[in-house]
Amino acid sequence: MTLARSVLGAVFALGAIGAAQAQAPVKIGFVSTLSGPAGYLGQDIRDAFQLAMEREGGKLGGVPIQLIVEDDGLKPGQGKQIVDRFLKTERIKIVTGVVFSNVAVSIVPDVVDAGGLYLSPNAGPSNLAGKECHKNYFVYSWQNDALHESAGELANKLGFKTAFALAANYQAGKDAVAGFKRLFKGAIVEEIYTKMDQTDFAAEMARIRAAKPDVVYQFHPGGIGIAFLKQYHQAGLMGTIPMVGAEPTLDIATLNAVGEIALGLNIGAKWNADFDNAESRDFVAAFQKRYNRTPSVYAGQGWDTAQALAAALKVVGGDDVNKLAAELRKADFKSIRGGFKFGQNQHPVQDWYHVQPVKNADGTLALKTVSKILSGHGDSFAKDCKL
Amino acid sequence: MLNLAVEQALNGLQLGVMLFLLAAGLTLIFGIMGVINIAHGSLYMVGAFLTAYTVAKTGSFLLALLAGLAGAAVAGMAMETLIMRRLYARDHLDQVLATFGVSLCMNEIFSLLFGQRPLYVSIPPLLDGSIEVVPGVPYPIYRLAIVAVGLMVALGLYLLISHTRIGMLVRAGSTHRDMVRALGVDIRSLYTAVFGLGALLAGLAGLMAGPVYTVQVGMGEQILILTFVVVVIGGLGSIRGAFLAAMVVGLVDTALRAVVPPWLKTFMEASAADALGGGLSSLGVYLLMALVLLVKPRGLLPAHG
Repeated sequence: MTLARSVLGAVFALGAIGAAQAQAPVKIGFVSTLSGPAGYLGQDIRDAFQLAMEREGGKLGGVPIQLIVEDDGLKPGQGKQIVDRFLKTERIKIVTGVVFSNVAVSIVPDVVDAGGLYLSPNAGPSNLAGKECHKNYFVYSWQNDALHESAGELANKLGFKTAFALAANYQAGKDAVAGFKRLFKGAIVEEIYTKMDQTDFAAEMARIRAAKPDVVYQFHPGGIGIAFLKQYHQAGLMGTIPMVGAEPTLDIATLNAVGEIALGLNIGAKWNADFDNAESRDFVAAFQKRYNRTPSVYAGQGWDTAQALAAALKVVGGDDVNKLAAELRKADFKSIRGGFKFGQNQHPVQDWYHVQPVKNADGTLALKTVSKILSGHGDSFAKDCKL
Repeated sequence: MLNLAVEQALNGLQLGVMLFLLAAGLTLIFGIMGVINIAHGSLYMVGAFLTAYTVAKTGSFLLALLAGLAGAAVAGMAMETLIMRRLYARDHLDQVLATFGVSLCMNEIFSLLFGQRPLYVSIPPLLDGSIEVVPGVPYPIYRLAIVAVGLMVALGLYLLISHTRIGMLVRAGSTHRDMVRALGVDIRSLYTAVFGLGALLAGLAGLMAGPVYTVQVGMGEQILILTFVVVVIGGLGSIRGAFLAAMVVGLVDTALRAVVPPWLKTFMEASAADALGGGLSSLGVYLLMALVLLVKPRGLLPAHG
């Protein structure tokens, strides 16, 4: 009797575990830079990702999701620790969120080597795009170099012959200058790599003034970009030497922080909040309603990443990594860019546009799409990827 | 080339002035009370944050100036009465530990109060823009104003220390502490006043830094290390030494940063050259400190004769 009872008990217990498993939400590990001068980048990605989940009542593609959000503080070591916990303790198979390429370079191999999926909503470092590409690694923003190639092509189109290039000294900064130089046909008079935590650019301003280039190209994502633009203006260079850049050089948050002094900048971008397609209009309206601010490019990327994952989850119905990877590779989702295509290395092949800051009739500032710079532009690393 | 040198020299001067404002308070506090105050950078942060916050809320730069200065001074005096008082008799290790703890707490408190996002302050309209100091070198008016304020403060401090009763007590306190005490001077309020003055100067540096640099949690620690170098080179407790050392460190640091990376780029890849150049430039300042200490172990202008 007692034996029968305990067997019965065990059966019930097992049944309960089984039922719990069927309902247990799929865990997604979201590690991003949420604090410090660049914290708003990660916050925008997170907010858009969560908005996509909220719209489905806490699900993506009909699958209940538990999103675990952590802050890497822009420290690769801290990111690595968080991901280690995600993989080993939390048993998470899907990781996303990283903003900065130096963090991405240190965590992406850990995730894919452990058999997990990594979906990048921002960083697309060159060293993971070529030979080191991986079937479980998908990038929804850009390959870093390709992003800045748009700025190089834009500088050609605007007729500049000499350029002074500055970028923050880390993986994406090096990719940025390499990308700019790849398509820019003029001469680079000088290259400066600034420290990641630098806040005073007076010395750089002096060098730019002395070099007298046709154009300054610079890449300083987040708060350092705000400081750079302000000091460029204070040094009397804004209006004297024009500036080109790619999306991160002037996002909507930087524009609002620096104000009218940014009018006149020329930016290469793959998406902008004024895009006229149903998905983009719907996303911009929903984001504005929920958070009361215009979504940045980063928010747009967070949204597209969530949409891509939702489309794959809808087909697979759970976190089977191999099946999800096969679905994700099809990239069959509705992007706010009005279409989305992967190259061989699972990085986007997309169009690039010339975007300019403008002043609205009511005095607010916005980014306006002017013309197309590049069509169906992939990256120069895809050919080395054997997938 | 000459224009570039002039502009870099002005940059060095401006960095020197900022360092002096911080070093003056630090060296005063050490000279009078014998306390090593690691939390001095927090007072710089208090000045910067309160100013940025007040400008954002009220739009008045005058109110913001008062808020920043008063806030830093009050924070400094509160720190002295609540914490430092208990530490005067202890050894330096205890003081370092306690003040380090204070700086950590302050960082967390400011994260809670103002969030992790940095604050941005616009430049007062009066000081916006740039003027040509020499033909072909437009320099930001605001940075020139920082230099002017710094030099005025240096002059004011000189007059205060050398020609007033309070200055006399300060000088006496730094050289013959026990004698001052024995003569019946209210040493407690003197200590609080000196601490408040040091905090005020740090707050002034912080509030001026706001529009040029970025107002963010932890901003004090970044500049504090260089400030300690200045205090050591100048001679512990010596205001004149701090002034001299701040100018030297400001100019040397800027000059090295202007010269070393371009030279490295002649034979190295640019991003590696900038990383190494930045490191070597920082190293240069410490090397300077080591050299000074080798020749003059008590600093350039030691306070205690």
